[in-house]
Amino acid sequence: MEKTVNQKAWFLVLPVLLLVAFSAVIPLMTVVNYSVQDTFGNNVFFWAGLEWFTEVLESDRMWAALGRQLVFSGIILAIELPLGIFVALNMPKKGFWASVCLVLMALPLLIPWNVVGTIWQIFGRVDIGLLGHTLDAFGIDYNYTQGFIAAWATVIVMDVWHWTSLVALLAYAGLQSIPDAYYQAAKIDQASRWKVFRYIELPKMQGVLMIAILLRFMDSFMIYTEPFVVTGGGPGNSTTFLSIDLVKMALGQFDLGPAAASRSCTSW
Amino acid sequence: MADMTLNQTAPRGLGLPRVNGRAVVMTLYLVFLLLPIYWLVNMSLKTNTEILNVFSLWPRNLTFANYAKILTDSSWYMGYVNSLIYVVMNTAISITVALPAAYAFSRYSFLGDKHLFFWLLTNRMAPPAVFALPFFQFYSSVGLFDTHIAVALAHCLFNVPLAVWILEGFMRGVPKEIDETAYIDGYSFGRFFIRIFTPLIASGIGVAAFFCFMFSWVELLLSRTLTSVNAKPIAATMTRTVSASGLDWGVLAAAGVLTIVPGALVIYFVRNYIAKGFALGRV
Amino acid sequence: MAKITLDNLAHSYLANPTSEDDYALKELNHVWNDGEAYALLGASGCGKSTLLNIISGLLKPSRGRILFNDQDVTDAATAERNIAQVFQFPVVYDTMTVRDNLAFPLRNRGRDEAYVAERVQEIARMIGMEAELDRKARGLTADAKQKISLGRGMVRKEVNALLFDEPLTVIDPHMKWELRTQLKSLHHEFGHTMIYVTHDQTEALTFADKVVVMYDGRVVQIGTPQELFETPAHTFVGYFIGSPGMNVIPATIEGNVANVNGSRVPLSQAFGKLDGKVEIGVRPEYATLSASEGLPVKVRRVEDVGRHKIIRAEFFGNDINIIADEGAAIGADMNRVVFDPAHINVYANDWRVEGEAA
Repeated sequence: MEKTVNQKAWFLVLPVLLLVAFSAVIPLMTVVNYSVQDTFGNNVFFWAGLEWFTEVLESDRMWAALGRQLVFSGIILAIELPLGIFVALNMPKKGFWASVCLVLMALPLLIPWNVVGTIWQIFGRVDIGLLGHTLDAFGIDYNYTQGFIAAWATVIVMDVWHWTSLVALLAYAGLQSIPDAYYQAAKIDQASRWKVFRYIELPKMQGVLMIAILLRFMDSFMIYTEPFVVTGGGPGNSTTFLSIDLVKMALGQFDLGPAAASRSCTSW
Repeated sequence: MADMTLNQTAPRGLGLPRVNGRAVVMTLYLVFLLLPIYWLVNMSLKTNTEILNVFSLWPRNLTFANYAKILTDSSWYMGYVNSLIYVVMNTAISITVALPAAYAFSRYSFLGDKHLFFWLLTNRMAPPAVFALPFFQFYSSVGLFDTHIAVALAHCLFNVPLAVWILEGFMRGVPKEIDETAYIDGYSFGRFFIRIFTPLIASGIGVAAFFCFMFSWVELLLSRTLTSVNAKPIAATMTRTVSASGLDWGVLAAAGVLTIVPGALVIYFVRNYIAKGFALGRV
Repeated sequence: MAKITLDNLAHSYLANPTSEDDYALKELNHVWNDGEAYALLGASGCGKSTLLNIISGLLKPSRGRILFNDQDVTDAATAERNIAQVFQFPVVYDTMTVRDNLAFPLRNRGRDEAYVAERVQEIARMIGMEAELDRKARGLTADAKQKISLGRGMVRKEVNALLFDEPLTVIDPHMKWELRTQLKSLHHEFGHTMIYVTHDQTEALTFADKVVVMYDGRVVQIGTPQELFETPAHTFVGYFIGSPGMNVIPATIEGNVANVNGSRVPLSQAFGKLDGKVEIGVRPEYATLSASEGLPVKVRRVEDVGRHKIIRAEFFGNDINIIADEGAAIGADMNRVVFDPAHINVYANDWRVEGEAA
């Protein structure tokens, strides 16, 4: 659509600007200013910042967390993307069952993140959880607080459980936008199921799949609550992802005192 | 994907009863999604003794005591009230400020519009873990700590950009001629916006509200950091009580189930827009 | 190439149709002759696309059978029917080049590459897209895309029938003529059975040997353009074809005279007793304005449309149209109308009644 040049449009954007500034920019500035004054004094602000930066870059712990993070993000994308597309392709197109599927699939997305953690923490326990109990009954040694593989598997299955529906719903929205005539033409052209997917469905889903990849990649970098509730970052540091590590580090850096610290992190 | 090749040769859209791969796939997936939730519900209806001593797929001694405890104890149910208050506040604020901004982005080009739009979106990507401490400091210093409005404003950080993004997508779908006709007919901007334009993008507003509600409802890190007693969200109440009592699995499960209910209700009401909503109006 | 027979065909989109109204396509028996070009003409929602989709196998009819060369294909899948169909809105495979798009139906059927290349080149020339063959289909204009869809429909030589579902809707007028001419010459050259769905009478009349007019889920007339014009079998055909459509005037019939509001209109044929709603239909082309003879008429307005003049008039309370030559002078005293008796059709309950020679 052709847009009119109109500088007065700034007035319409102003409320958003002020609000986001109030809730994002000012808090960040205050804290940077405060911590710098408190810790180093104004003059050394620049150098202190750089030092902190170098320190982070040189820390093995940080790199290890980043490595784990990348592996985690890679694995969940590799599972959630194909699975989400596959589920979307199999969803009913319309009618009662389409609504049922939509509602049930959206359900995990609306559960508070720590409750997601709690659900899986319970579900995976050998003594009271269905999953843990069943695996145990089959003689599989499964304990997500002790075993490295069990911890990773639990965290990954939990993320797949929580977020595959998002990918599926996005892909489904893309599929819904394909007019019937495309499928009919493909039938007349005698295209195979694979070609219908490759040349009709995939191109039409491209846009929404990009959104899905971006959202999942970025959100997986922010992931904090769910794995923390289930594994607490352990066993050892094996499920300490970037955000968890950053919070631990930030606590050390800013040293905000026991009240704030316990309130924001320790009592998880 | 082998089973898809099979059922695709059958005539499309006839709705004839047939055993198909689709139904099997969807059933398996939905079972996978619902099993952990079922387990939570199952536990919430048991006594602690049963949970710990008998492994059963459904409650042997059906009890609502866990729910009764939550719904009669104000320190529990106020958590729900607090959560709902700040979620609704946040949704209202987000939509109100996002509407004019989305209109500006969809209709006008102005100095720095693209940069501004991009900057807004980067806020959507900001990890709450990084913002938690600065927020705590800032809201404490302005005396808003432990109020509903503090959490509502903090959540605006990621909800406002999202609302602007979604609404902009929907508004782009409304022909500009409608605006022009209205102005020619003598409508002022405000009257046009409220009387004509808003009803046209009602479904978009619904979708944006749904997403604001969703992200505000599921977020815990910020809401927990910014509250202590008066505005404490249910999700936080839940974890704290657990750490204190340690073994009260039944109440924990019941509280978990109750946090799922508002989300389920909201989904039910917007079910017809979910598909379009997840494409953020851009399909 | 095939003869297509529709045997007691009917279709309803409802699972359990109860009354006649539930059927989108009412019972139909018809034979589409091998190698003829048909136009399926009707207003939107009259069931013509439904009929087309049943022939191509995209829809399964609720009742009846379809036969290709006397072989029952009612339950055969689209691919087995070996049909080409072009849709109203362009369907192209965005990520493929124009060349791959055109080659797609042939490659899917495992034709060898040399043959594919030759056919693609030929079709590209026919639709005038040789220069764009190696471009990606994404980003082409709507009419270029539709030309690709048409090309994909025509690329297979040995199809049983070629079906077109309002294919020229998105094409600009100049190109419309050209493509329609191309389709006609293709038809002459290869003798495919063609069915062309449209709601545009000009398109239908210029394209087809035979025009099938549908109204409310029913085929009301099948005939040459000439027949549709001279002797519309149903008042809808009279009204739908022609510009402006046929004048339909309530009347009573006695022998070879029609009685309109007490005035006598002579007919060329004699009729027996007619029941129900009786009307006479006269094309505006067969009505003449006159100063001296005929029945009184009140002229409201004269429109000059270039080739001729259209006179809008009132005739005993009915609106009628009269066509006069471009050069004809229309005086204020010309307040009578004469209908050519040989071209007056008589309708009972909207269906045409054949009379006996008077």
